[in-house]
Amino acid sequence: MAASSASEFVFPTAWKRRHLLDLETLTAEEITILLDTAQQMKDATGNCRRKLSLLSGKTCANLFFENSTRTRNSFSLAAKRLGADTVEFSSAGSSVAKGETFVDTAKTIEAMGVDWVVTRHATPGTPHLLARELACSVMNAGDGPHEHPTQGLLDMLTIRQHRQSFEGLTVALVGDIAHSRTARSNLWGLSKLGAHVIVCGPSTLVSPRWEELGFEVAHSLDDILPRCDVLNLLRVQFERQVTRPFPSIHEYAALYAMNGERMSRSKKDILIMAPGPINRGVEITPEVADGPHSVILEQVTNGIAVRMAALWLLSNASDNATSPTS
Amino acid sequence: MNSLLIENGRLVDPSVQHDAVARLLIDDGYVVAIDPLDGDLPPSIPRLNAAGKIVAPGLVDLCSELREPGRDEDETIASGALAALAGGYTSILCSSNTHPPIDSPGAVEFVRQKAAQARGPRIHVTGCVSKQRQGQEMAELGLLVDAGAVAFSDSPAPLANSALLRRALEYCRMFDRPIFDRPEVPELAGRGVMHEGCHSLVLGLAGLPTEAEDLAVARDVRLAEATGGRLHVGPVSTMGSVDLISRVKSRGIQVTASVCPHNLGLTDEKLRSFDARYKVHPPLRSGRHVETLRQAVADGTIDVIQTGHMPRAREKKMDDLDLAPFGMTSLETCLAASATALVRSGVLDWLTLIDRMSTAAAKVAGIKGGRLQVGDPADVVIIDPDFAWTVSESSFRSRCSSTPLLGCELYGRITETIVGGEVRFQSI
Repeated sequence: MAASSASEFVFPTAWKRRHLLDLETLTAEEITILLDTAQQMKDATGNCRRKLSLLSGKTCANLFFENSTRTRNSFSLAAKRLGADTVEFSSAGSSVAKGETFVDTAKTIEAMGVDWVVTRHATPGTPHLLARELACSVMNAGDGPHEHPTQGLLDMLTIRQHRQSFEGLTVALVGDIAHSRTARSNLWGLSKLGAHVIVCGPSTLVSPRWEELGFEVAHSLDDILPRCDVLNLLRVQFERQVTRPFPSIHEYAALYAMNGERMSRSKKDILIMAPGPINRGVEITPEVADGPHSVILEQVTNGIAVRMAALWLLSNASDNATSPTS
Repeated sequence: MNSLLIENGRLVDPSVQHDAVARLLIDDGYVVAIDPLDGDLPPSIPRLNAAGKIVAPGLVDLCSELREPGRDEDETIASGALAALAGGYTSILCSSNTHPPIDSPGAVEFVRQKAAQARGPRIHVTGCVSKQRQGQEMAELGLLVDAGAVAFSDSPAPLANSALLRRALEYCRMFDRPIFDRPEVPELAGRGVMHEGCHSLVLGLAGLPTEAEDLAVARDVRLAEATGGRLHVGPVSTMGSVDLISRVKSRGIQVTASVCPHNLGLTDEKLRSFDARYKVHPPLRSGRHVETLRQAVADGTIDVIQTGHMPRAREKKMDDLDLAPFGMTSLETCLAASATALVRSGVLDWLTLIDRMSTAAAKVAGIKGGRLQVGDPADVVIIDPDFAWTVSESSFRSRCSSTPLLGCELYGRITETIVGGEVRFQSI
């Protein structure tokens, strides 16, 4: 049910968490609450364009120790759409460059009176570390290859808007699974809500151990394509790789890029997604990225709604938290 | 005359397979009699009642990082000596990875002087295999032997240069000194921070694959076979290592191996907390590896349990997992952790555990110790085997309290550590 104004938002009593660190430890009910709340936010703000005053007087600090374009701006806009102030921090030129640890930097920012810390860092687990060290709420905006929970949620919200339910849906995550935080958040979130998830990519980037964890592993996109309702095309993260996992970009594109020819062999209503930034011609060709099946820009808009929902839920749950990292 | 009679204790001496209640008489730093004692003893002789306790040869560690000089914020020779005594160690081999490293007779002498001042356990020196621990050019091993080095190692850095290892094994045959290698192929280990498996996959943390260790062990044992040198590999942590070591031992090749207690009791699932205390080397492996290692200790494939004492200052461990250093404090928990993992679970008896932590270790190092027969130095540990305690940060004498065992309940407490007949540690 859509809310038309701030006064119609009712806080879900089942939500107890003070931090949003990953989707692996969330229940299906908690994920559904986040998606429902995000949908309400989107509806109430006219596609995330109007402001609500749900969080006026609060302050959100964006602590980004890694470069970011869409996530950082999305969090910033989400906070502002709810009436909160924002503090922007990036590690370049900061005290981190002078040798201060990121924990001490975060504590310093927190002492300035912030209610949430949104953090991105190259090392897995850093938001969990901050959640133990800080008194305020912590939200993970990406910790190395571990998780990117709001990205997972915005992907799920986008799918739900087009497919209503996850039950019986086959979603393929294609590309650099080994280094993708988006993949991990999608895997946990989608599977908890009933989707069948396939991880697909070169065998050097898709571990067979995913099968031990209950997921389907595939190395041929062409083989799985006819079964897929959704394709989420993940970027090859060369910056995280120690040794090159395939012979050439040319070969990778030939085997895994979603192109017009492959679209012609897909289901008629297939959804094409990408968390961005997209590399045209590598994991996706322009006619697919800009084609009628692509929901890439919808994902961006939904990102603001999801982050608004998360900020609001965390802000109201601070007194109900059951453990330091819950 | 400086005498001490330890009575009513269960004397456990693996060197002669002795495990029975007996009296031990010490005089002037040496064992002079074992029950039955001949003649009456004057009442003036100090007595130590060890009823209900185990009286055993003092423990021997093959590799303790003491961090002095150069890394005093982690540990000093004095603090490491106190920690060793509290852990029941009467002899330790200090690692060569100080700053500067122990690759010269002067560096050996520095440690020996500091050790003498500390009045802790007997501290033996491990010299570097390579100059400056750079892994390229052999250090002056003969001069290091003359200065007092008892073994050689670049640990915790692996000896990645096969030609260097081969030459060192050949060269050390002249001095009958062992080479210790921590087996790892650096290119395969990469930037790994934990065991490569399902948990590292889910956490997105770079993994340390088992084959990084297995391949190095395979190379090491082949070079030992080719040269006839004394090779000790360890600490090892994988099923593959155990398999290789077992096979070469069955062929009569002179290779020994060791394992750390945390690899006998904890698994990589602990890293789910993203807590840097669990970032140790070798890494915590999966349950199948742990079980194989435990059995390998029991059947003697693995000769020695070594502490893996790699103390790191608190501030260093407060960083994120990529930046936090590997390592843990272990001298004070090694016996209890091993007893809890192996004796309480029925994998080993006390006689075998003491062998792995004392008798076999002394033999590998080629030093006196590991036995309590008449004429031996009176290096003794007394253990209350059933005492339960919880590991807490405040309990350490080491400068470092970082350990994956914090909060764990362990069984077995050191009540006295006696070095050369002198009680140098006594629990309160």
